[in-house]
Amino acid sequence: MKNTFIGSPVERREDLRFLRGRGQYVDDLAPEGLLYAVILRSSVAHGRIVSVDTKAALKIPGVHAVITANDMPGGPPIIPMRLQPLPEFKPFEQPVIASTKVRYVGEPLAVVLAKSVAIGEDALEAIEVEIESLPAVADWHVAAKNKNILFESQGTNRSLVFEARKGDADVIFASAPYVRREKMRTGRHYGLTLEPRGVMAEWDAARGRLTVSGAAKVPFFNRRILAKQINLPEDSIDMVENDVGGGYGARGEFYPEDFLIPFAARHVNRPVKWIEDRRENLMAMNHARETEAELEVACASDGTLLAIRGEIHTDMGAYMRTNGAVGARNVAQFLSGPYRVPHIKIDSSLWMTNKTPVGTYRGPGRFESSFYIERMLDMIAGDLGIDRVELRRRNLVTAAEQPYSIATIQPTNATDQYDSGDYRATLDRVLKEINWPEVSKLQGKLIGEKYHGLGVACFVEGGAAGPKETARLELNDDGTVSVFLGTSSVGQGVETVFAQIAADALEWPMERIRHVHHGSTSYVSDGYGAYHSRSTVMGGSAVLEATNHFQAAIREAGAKRLKCEAAAVKIDPDNVSGPDGQSFPLKELAGLTAEGAFLNKKHTYSYGAHAVHVTVDPKIGRIEIIDYVLVQDVGRAVNPLTLRGQMIGSLVQGLGGAVLEHLQYDEDGQFLTASLADYLLPTASDFPNLRCVILEDYPSPINPLSVKGAGEGGIVAAGGAIANAVANALQSFGVEPRQLPLTPTYIWELVQAGRQKQAAE
Amino acid sequence: MPIRFEVNGKQVTVEVEPRLTLADCLRQQLRLTGTHIGCDHGVCGACTVLVDGDAVRACLMLAVQAEGSKVVTVEGLSNDDGLTPLQKSFRKHHALQCGFCTPGFITTAHALLSEEPDCDADRIRDVLSGNICRCTGYISIVEAVLDARAAYKSNGGKP
Repeated sequence: MKNTFIGSPVERREDLRFLRGRGQYVDDLAPEGLLYAVILRSSVAHGRIVSVDTKAALKIPGVHAVITANDMPGGPPIIPMRLQPLPEFKPFEQPVIASTKVRYVGEPLAVVLAKSVAIGEDALEAIEVEIESLPAVADWHVAAKNKNILFESQGTNRSLVFEARKGDADVIFASAPYVRREKMRTGRHYGLTLEPRGVMAEWDAARGRLTVSGAAKVPFFNRRILAKQINLPEDSIDMVENDVGGGYGARGEFYPEDFLIPFAARHVNRPVKWIEDRRENLMAMNHARETEAELEVACASDGTLLAIRGEIHTDMGAYMRTNGAVGARNVAQFLSGPYRVPHIKIDSSLWMTNKTPVGTYRGPGRFESSFYIERMLDMIAGDLGIDRVELRRRNLVTAAEQPYSIATIQPTNATDQYDSGDYRATLDRVLKEINWPEVSKLQGKLIGEKYHGLGVACFVEGGAAGPKETARLELNDDGTVSVFLGTSSVGQGVETVFAQIAADALEWPMERIRHVHHGSTSYVSDGYGAYHSRSTVMGGSAVLEATNHFQAAIREAGAKRLKCEAAAVKIDPDNVSGPDGQSFPLKELAGLTAEGAFLNKKHTYSYGAHAVHVTVDPKIGRIEIIDYVLVQDVGRAVNPLTLRGQMIGSLVQGLGGAVLEHLQYDEDGQFLTASLADYLLPTASDFPNLRCVILEDYPSPINPLSVKGAGEGGIVAAGGAIANAVANALQSFGVEPRQLPLTPTYIWELVQAGRQKQAAE
Repeated sequence: MPIRFEVNGKQVTVEVEPRLTLADCLRQQLRLTGTHIGCDHGVCGACTVLVDGDAVRACLMLAVQAEGSKVVTVEGLSNDDGLTPLQKSFRKHHALQCGFCTPGFITTAHALLSEEPDCDADRIRDVLSGNICRCTGYISIVEAVLDARAAYKSNGGKP
C-alpha cells in the first residue's frame, strides 16, 4: 500500500472535539479545592514602590492569601531570555513581580488567592498601594534623551544595538548615482489570542511534584526556567499542554505568571488557577512591532539596488522578555527581503520605555522591514521613471543565486542563507492571478467617490528553527500506533498533519495512527516547541526519523521471534512475517516504542508575492479591498486545507496591523486601549475578497520532507502591499504613506496635506 | 438565590449570586465548558448562546435573567455520534483552527440559518461580524455557513 496523505486536503481530527464544545482549554479545568488567583497590576507607568499594604484585603471572607515580593526570600526571581540571551540584556530582564520599582502599567504587584474570581477582584480594591511617580519614558524619542532612566544603574535606556552588515555600504553611498532617504514607522500591536492566557498549578507535597497546566509553545524550555526559579529538579515538574486558543508567537513564552501561579500553589498547598481577563491581556501579553526607521537606499540609474544604510529604533517597553530581541534583530537582518542588496549597514537600537514589554508576534521584524523596503521601492520607481513591477523583477534574487547570503548580525555574529527558489516566478504568478495588465488601467482613477489603486510586494518567510526536534512512536494493544512529539500545538492542526506524515511513512491507513500527543513534557525526552514556522518542518521530519527507528525495532523483535535476519522481516499493518511465510500479529508487540530526532541548524525560506487592488474614499479615508491575491511557494504542501488556513489567516492578521490595530499610550505612559472596543481587530466584514495560491516548485533541500515553514507569509508583506496600493490610488494628491496603521484619520490627513500643497503651488 | 431554567432541553435549578453572569453560571456551575469567554465585555462573541432562540452574549447577561428561559449552548447543538450538517460544513471548509471562537460561531450561524436559510454572503458577513476569530481570516467561515444553508432550507429552518 502506497499512501498519499501528504499533499491531500485531509479534514482535521481536532475539529471533532472543537465543533462540539468538547475542547479542553486550561480554564475548563476545575479540580477539587481550587483557588483562583487574581493579580494586582500597577496603574502607574514609572515609579518607586513605597508600600503595598494587604492587611484589609486579607480580612475579606473567602480570601486565602495575598502574595507580594516580600513572600519571596532573596527577592523575586528574574526571567531569563530564551532567544539571543546576551549578557548585555541581563540588567534589563524582568522580575516576576515588582519589588522596588514599577516600569509599566500592568506590571504585577500582588497576587490574591480567593475562593472565587469575584471575591479576588473585590480584594484587589482593598490592597493599598503607594507609588512615588517618576516621569514616564513614553516612547523611544524620550528614551533616547537618556534623561529619565528606567534602569538607573545602566545609565542608558538603550539595551543594545544590533548591527546588520554586508559589503561596504559607506563606500557605495559616497559615489552612488541615486539615493532616496526616508523616515517611516510602524505601529504597536500584538499577537492577541482569543483565548486569554491561563495557568493552573497543582502541588503534590507528599511526592514533591508540581503539575502546571496551560503550557504552550515552548514547555520544555519553560520547565527549565521554572525548575531553577522554584528550586525543584526538572523531572519533578510536568508541564501539561491543554487545547490552546491561539499562539501567534505571543502565548507560551515564560511570563511573570508562569512563576507566580506555581509559586502560589506551593505556598498555600492548594491547586491555583489564574485566567487572564481581556483588559489584563492587552497590558500584560507581549506587545510587538513599534519601530521607526531612517533609511537610505542607493541605486544605479537603471534601478539596480546597490546599498541600504540607516538606523532603526524599536520601542521595547519596560523589560527584555524571553524573545524580546527577535523583532529588533529581524527588522535589520531581513530589511533586504527577497531582493539582491550587495551592501548593507543598518544599526537597530533597542530602547527601553515605560510600556508593556515586547516579544514576538508572527512575522517578527519581517512585517516591519517589508513595509519599509516595499514602500521605498515604489518611491524609487517613481523617481527613476521605472515601472515598479519591473524594478522588483530586476532586483529579486534568482534561482541561480541560491543559496543566497543575507546580512550578518552583530554582536551575535549570526549569518543566514535563503535555501532555494525562483522569486520572480511568484511575482509573475501573482500578477497573472490579479490580472495586472487589465486592472492596472485603473491605477489612480476616480470612479464614483473612490480612487482605485494597486499594490504589490514580495517576501521571504523564515522557518524551521533548530537545533532539534524529537518524536516517539508507540505500538498500542489494538495494533494502532500513538505518536508523541516535542513540538506544541497552538491551534494550527498539527495532530492531523503529523498523522498524515506518520501514516505515509508507515504505509498504514490513517485510522491506525490513533493519537498524536504533543506539547507536554512527559511524552518525549526533549522538545523545542512551536515557533518560527517550525512545527511541520522540524516535528514532521522527527516523525519520519522515529518511524524509521520504530520499523527497525519491529524488525528486530520480529527477527528474534521468527528466527531470521532482521532485514528479511516484513511488516504490514496487521502482521509481522519472515522469509518462509512464518508470521505473528503485529499487536503482540504492543508496548514497543522508538524515539527519533531530527537535527538541523539551517532555515527554510518559503517565499512569494502579494498583489492588491483597493479603493480609497478620500473624504473619509476609508480603504476597501476589491481583490487581494497571495502567492506562496512552500516547497511541498503537507495539507493544502490547513496551509490555506495559515495563509489567509496570517494575511488577515497582517491587514489588521496594516489598517486597524494600534496599542496606544499617552505621554504619561497611561495605556489607552484596554478593551476590544478600543483595540480594533478585523471582523468578517472587513476583508472579504482574499485569495491565495500555493506553489510547490522549489522543495526545501534541507529536510527529508522537502517542506518549508509557511505560517507567516500572509502577514509579512501585507503592510507594504496595502500602503503601496493606497499611495497608488491617491497619487493625484502626491500621497506617500510613511506609517502604519493606515487609519482613516491618517489617510484623510495625507489627502488634506496633498490638497494644500497643490493649492499653494 | 435559586434560579430555574432549561439548558439544552433539561430543566436545571442552580443557586447563584445575583452578580454571576450567565456565561460563568454555564461554565462553572453547570460545567458546560463549550461556551468560552474571550473578552467579558460583549465584543468577541465567543460566549454566544441561544436564549429562547436568539443569539445572546452570555457574558453580558446575568444568570438570574435566564429564569424561565430556554438556553441552548454548543453542546446542545451537537450529537454524540457525529457532526451536524453545520459542523460538517465547518470541518470541510477548515473554518476553525484553535477552536476557541468556534462555539460562538456555531451558535450564531445556527440562529441565523434557522431564521434566514436563504441569506446571502453579505448578510452572513454582517451577522458574523459580531464574532471575532483570530486564526482563520473568516473567508472559510463564510464559505462554511453558505454551504450549510442547504441543510436548513430543506428542513424548514432546522438542520
